[in-house]
Amino acid sequence: MTITHEQQIEMFRQMWLVRYFEEAAIRLYGEGYYRGSTHPYIAQEATAIAVCAALEPTDPVLATYRGHGACIAKGADPKRMMAELLGKETGLCKGKGGSMHLSDTNLNFIGSNAIVAAHIPMAGGIALSHQLDGSQAVTVCFFGDGASCEGIFYETCNMAALWKLPLILICENNEFAISTHVSESISVPDIAIRAQGFGFPGVTVDGRDVYAVYEATREAVDRARRGDGPTLIEAKTVRWTRHSAVSAGGYGSGGEGERWQQTDPIPRYQQVLIEQGILTQEQASQIEEESRQIIEEAVGFAINSPVPAPEELYEDIFA
Amino acid sequence: MAEISCVQALNDGIREEMRRDPNLVILGEDIGKYGGVFGVTKGLYEEFGGERVRDCPLNEASIIGFGVGLAISGKPAITELEFMDFATYAMDPIVNQAAKLRYFWGGQVKVPLVVRMPITAGLGFGSQHSQSLEAWFMHVPGLKVAIPSTAYDAKGLIKTAIRDPNPVVFIENLGLYASKSDVPEEEYLIPFGQADIKRAGDDVTIVAISAMVPKALKAAEELAKDGIEAEVIDPRTLAPLDIDTIIESVVKTGQLVIAHVAPKTGGVGAEIAQQVTEQAFDYLDGPVVRVAAADVPIAASQALETAAYPDWPDIVEACLSFQE
Repeated sequence: MTITHEQQIEMFRQMWLVRYFEEAAIRLYGEGYYRGSTHPYIAQEATAIAVCAALEPTDPVLATYRGHGACIAKGADPKRMMAELLGKETGLCKGKGGSMHLSDTNLNFIGSNAIVAAHIPMAGGIALSHQLDGSQAVTVCFFGDGASCEGIFYETCNMAALWKLPLILICENNEFAISTHVSESISVPDIAIRAQGFGFPGVTVDGRDVYAVYEATREAVDRARRGDGPTLIEAKTVRWTRHSAVSAGGYGSGGEGERWQQTDPIPRYQQVLIEQGILTQEQASQIEEESRQIIEEAVGFAINSPVPAPEELYEDIFA
Repeated sequence: MAEISCVQALNDGIREEMRRDPNLVILGEDIGKYGGVFGVTKGLYEEFGGERVRDCPLNEASIIGFGVGLAISGKPAITELEFMDFATYAMDPIVNQAAKLRYFWGGQVKVPLVVRMPITAGLGFGSQHSQSLEAWFMHVPGLKVAIPSTAYDAKGLIKTAIRDPNPVVFIENLGLYASKSDVPEEEYLIPFGQADIKRAGDDVTIVAISAMVPKALKAAEELAKDGIEAEVIDPRTLAPLDIDTIIESVVKTGQLVIAHVAPKTGGVGAEIAQQVTEQAFDYLDGPVVRVAAADVPIAASQALETAAYPDWPDIVEACLSFQE
C-alpha cells in the first residue's frame, strides 16, 4: 500500500480532531449553546478519515447530517465548523446551515444534507458534470444504512452504472436507523451486494479499520479515474451514541454500549502505528493533546463569535 | 416577425441558449432522440448530441436531483417532467434542495436549474395528469415560478429562466402548445416579475394565469359587447409576482376577478387577492372574485371534467356580478 507515514500520522490526528469535536458538540448542546440537533460521528471516525485520505483535494465530497467527520476529513477549520453549529456569523455557512448543513466548497466539501439520501442523486449530477468536463475528479457520497432503503439511492445506482460515472458511494452501515436495527430493515446481510444488481462492484469492509477503508477507496478511486464507473463501499461501523442529541434513549437491547467501547477505532489504530514504529506512545499522546486543544480553541472561538446581523435573513436566497 | 406555436417558441429559445452556453445540459425522459413527449426538445439531440441532451430512466426525483448536482457544479441544467403531476415524485430535489442549498450553505453555491413541466388539464387525462400545482411552488421561498401563456412570452421567459443563476419552475400548458403568436426574429428576453397587460380596459380587472389567459380575452370580447371594458393581466411569473401592475389596474377599475385552472382553495388566486386587499382595499368596490376549478379530483369523463374546470362564461359571469 502506498500510504506514507506522514499520511498515516495525519489520519491519526484527524481522528482525534473529530472525536474531540464531537464530544465538544455534545457538551455545548447539553449546555444550551445551540438548538436543533447534532448527530455525532463518534466511533465512526476511521471511515471518513480514511476515505478522504485516499482522495485528491479536487475530489468533491457530499455527506449526511452525521457529517462533521467528513467535513474535518476534507480539511475544514474546526473553529468555523463549531461556530456554524452555534449559529454564528463566523460559521462556515454564516450560521444558516447549522450542524446538519455544513459546506466548505473551497475544500470541495460540497456539503452535508439533512434529507436522508437526497444528496445521492446530487452527487451523481456532480460526477456527471466532471465526466462531461473530462476532468479526473471522483465524487464521493457518504450515506447510512437507513439511506440505502430510499428509492433514490437505487435510482442513482442505476444511472451511475448506466453512464459509468466517476462516483464512489460510501454506505456507512452503523446498524441503526434511529432505533431500527438493520436486521429489521434490510433484507440482505451486506448492503454492498446491492451493487451487483446494477452491474458494478460492491465491497464490504470493516469501517473501523483505517487501512481496509483506505485500500478499498483507493481501488474505487482508480477504477473511477480509469473511466470504469461507480463503486459501492459498505463500511461496517458502529454508532456509540444515540442517533442524535434529541433522540430519546439508546438502543433496543442492552449491552451494545460496552461491546462497542471495545471496538473504538482510535486506540486500535494507535496500536498499529506504535507497533509499526510510525509513532511512539509519547508522540501519540501529544497528538491527542494537540487535537484536544485545537477543539477547545474552536469552542472558545464559536462561543465568542457574534450572531448574524438581522439583515442576513434576506441574504443568499437568490444569487 | 413570424407566427409560431408555443412549442416552437420553447424549442427555439432552448436551442438558442444551448448554442450560447456549451455548459448547458438537458435531462429528462424521452427528451433526446424522441424529441420530448410533446415535441419541445425536437431536434436538439441531433444538434447537440446525447451527452448534453440526455435521455434518462423513469426516475423523476433523480433526474431533478442530478440536475441540482450539475447546477451547483457550474453546469446549468434544464430538466423536464413530462406532466406537472409527476412533480410529486420530485418535490424533495425542488423544494428541499434546489430552493435552499444556496441559503443554508451561506451563499457558497448557485443553482442555475430550470424544471420544466406542462399542465395538461382539460384534455381527458384524468386525476393524475390534470393538476395545476403552481401554488405549491409559489409558496416555497428560494424558487422562481414562470407560467407563460403565449408563444412570445414562452420564448422570452424560457431564455431568462435558463440564464437565471437560481432555480426556476417553468410551467407550460399542453392546451396552449399549439397556439400561435408573433415572435420576432431577433433575440429578446422577458424579465421575471413583469406582468403583461394582454388587453387594456377601465371597468374590471381580470388577472388570468396560463390557459385562462385566452379564456379571459374571450370573456373580455363578450363583455365589450355589453359596453364593459375588461383589463386582462397575465402575471407571467408568480415568483416574483408583479403585484404593482395588478394594483395599478385595480386602482383604476375597482373590480378584480382572478382566473386560474387550479382548484380554488389555497390557489394562487387567494394570494393575489390577499395582497390586493392589503395594499388597495380602499379602491375595491366589492370582494375579489375567484374563477377556479372545483375542489375535486379531476374525472376522466368529459362531462365531469368540463363541469370541474372554469371556462370563459364563468369569467363573464364573475365580471357581471359586480354590476348586480
